[in-house]
Amino acid sequence: MPLLKDGVLVDDPWVTVDDGTQLPMDGPAMVSLERWQAHRDELLGRNAPLGIRLKSDQSPALIADDLDRFAVVALEFPVFRDGRAYSYARLLRERYGYRGEVRAVGEVLRDQFLFMLRCGFDAFEVRDENAAGQWREAVSEISVVYQPAADSRTPVWALRHRRSAAE
Amino acid sequence: MYRYDEYDQTLVDERVRQFRGQVARRLAGELTEDEFKPLRLMNGLYLQLHAYMLRVAIPYGLLSAAQMRRLAHIARRYDRGYGHFTTRQNIQYNWPKLEDTPDILAELASVEMHAIQTSGNSFRNTTTDQYAGVAADEIEDPRVYCEIIRQWSTLHPEFSFLPRKFKIAVTGAPNDRAAVRLHDIGLIMRRGDAGETGFEVIVGGGQGRTPFVGPTIREFLPKKHLLSYLEAIMRVYNQLGRRDNLFKARIKILVHEAGAEKVTEMVEEEWRHIKDGALDLPAEEVERIRAHFAPPPYETLAAAQPAFEEKKRADGAFATWADTNLAAHKVPGYAIVNLSLKPVGGIPGDATADQMDAVADLAEHYSFGEIRVTHEQNLVLADVRRTDLHVLWRKLRDIGLATPNLGLVSDIIACPGLDYCGLANARSIPVAQRIGNRFADLKRQHDIGELKIKISGCINACGHHHVGHIGILGLERKGEEYYQITLGGSADQDAAIGKIIGPAFSSEDVVDAVETVVNTYVELRQNGERFIDTYRRVGKEPFKERLYAAA
Repeated sequence: MPLLKDGVLVDDPWVTVDDGTQLPMDGPAMVSLERWQAHRDELLGRNAPLGIRLKSDQSPALIADDLDRFAVVALEFPVFRDGRAYSYARLLRERYGYRGEVRAVGEVLRDQFLFMLRCGFDAFEVRDENAAGQWREAVSEISVVYQPAADSRTPVWALRHRRSAAE
Repeated sequence: MYRYDEYDQTLVDERVRQFRGQVARRLAGELTEDEFKPLRLMNGLYLQLHAYMLRVAIPYGLLSAAQMRRLAHIARRYDRGYGHFTTRQNIQYNWPKLEDTPDILAELASVEMHAIQTSGNSFRNTTTDQYAGVAADEIEDPRVYCEIIRQWSTLHPEFSFLPRKFKIAVTGAPNDRAAVRLHDIGLIMRRGDAGETGFEVIVGGGQGRTPFVGPTIREFLPKKHLLSYLEAIMRVYNQLGRRDNLFKARIKILVHEAGAEKVTEMVEEEWRHIKDGALDLPAEEVERIRAHFAPPPYETLAAAQPAFEEKKRADGAFATWADTNLAAHKVPGYAIVNLSLKPVGGIPGDATADQMDAVADLAEHYSFGEIRVTHEQNLVLADVRRTDLHVLWRKLRDIGLATPNLGLVSDIIACPGLDYCGLANARSIPVAQRIGNRFADLKRQHDIGELKIKISGCINACGHHHVGHIGILGLERKGEEYYQITLGGSADQDAAIGKIIGPAFSSEDVVDAVETVVNTYVELRQNGERFIDTYRRVGKEPFKERLYAAA
């Protein structure tokens, strides 16, 4: 699946390892929460980057104490309508101070990019190779934000008064 | 009223361009209907039985004359010459063409309006008391906070894909005219111990197939914490609200299943992390918004207006209207005027383009150029000098908006029903029209007194039947329409869900049944009791006996 980071398609070094499958000897590997909980020591003993993939009913609160073990936390959108991961991403960034990659996986559509970006996602598994062009359009088509989130955009209520203070 | 600055305007302009692109992708076949659906729903565009329907947001029901004229223009140019005012204080058009909708949104943006989030599983239009800012019983103008909520909830990145739609209502008065206990979140302005104002917070009310009067989860929330507390509620709901069953996805089900105490605990815990942070609005921003709602330049007038009283004595029809459709204004010499969109035999909430234009003119001449839409599907001119009432009344009569039936048996809330809606099981509008015709005699309506009839064409309860004094729910059985009657509902500060009185009635019999209920009340009432008072005193049995005795 193509991976979009910072608006460009990149090679994805990560392998998502299904629960029944043998872990590769080396290289970055992404595992489920269940595998992490059952084989924690074995996974930590591997001398390669580890990622975790959470289903939409698995809050990052479940791994809050272990977040520094993971280079990637992938959050699943089983359907685009399931918006739980927006809250999870903000919790990762704002509550738990997670600095690694927060990846959107599953049904990730063009018209959700901006919301995802604002909530703290910084990598996106997308359906097709045109996603990079769509990305540029999608994240720039609305320039005004009314609320603080996990990104660096300034809400208009702050802009308004910054401006009047300068006048 | 609130006026856009360059930021607000930029957002709606960008939104129009975005939607124009989405429609173009749909028309070019780059988007399937399935992929297009969530995008159009974010912009209030539904696909109904016969055509698209576009719902336009009227934030907390407040319109300028210029905005009302633009709504009239849209009705004429892009629709069939009328619009329908809704129970969310919005307006909807029933016949727009898909390819015209970007132009309609551009027309709206030109008068600081939009259709953002009038559908979809996100925040809907925040509603309020139609008498906000002018009511004699008000603690503080709730529209300031409605506007703050409007901005915060617009394109919220975390809460645009909630389990289900989400409705917030705010009132600044103890007499609840905004049905706040029947909302996902209801806010009532209260005074704290030191006299400061804040909010009582209610969560988990609602109608639909499982109606609940919402419990209070916080008795008093200081105003500065409004957005952080709302965000805490939303974050709990977004994570824990049910997504396995469309019919159990509203926050009321979470509150019901987990219990109000547990939900309160979770909200307070979440809030502990985010309070006193980035969601505290700077005081100067609150003041900036508040300034938009400063009172208009009222004249200093005597409370007693002999000329008005004299007109009432001389003109019985005027007196009837004045006694029924006016409400007390906080400023001496002024009155709040209700314009009934419920003419006998008409379609509740509908207004023609000509009527809209005329109302805009009247608002400019008599009410500082502003109009309100009520959740009971009427219009309000909120700031009229009592000395102008007689001439205003004559002009309203000329355009068919002076029916003196506010709060009476023919002031019916009805959903669009099977005449328009793809979800409906039965028609609502014709039942409302037939009830209106049955009680066409205004003298009789006035003798019956306050009586709220509300009609829904299916269990989704868009016509608020659960909280009608008399509620009517349309059902379908073997291709026939039937109507179930509930009694004793109420949407005000004594909110209650009506009780089903017995087996449903056929379409032919339902108006007779309503009349039987009304006649039973008239026989049983004591000392000026309203219908709801009598019902609460005697219960449903006497009504049930009369309704089903013959069977």
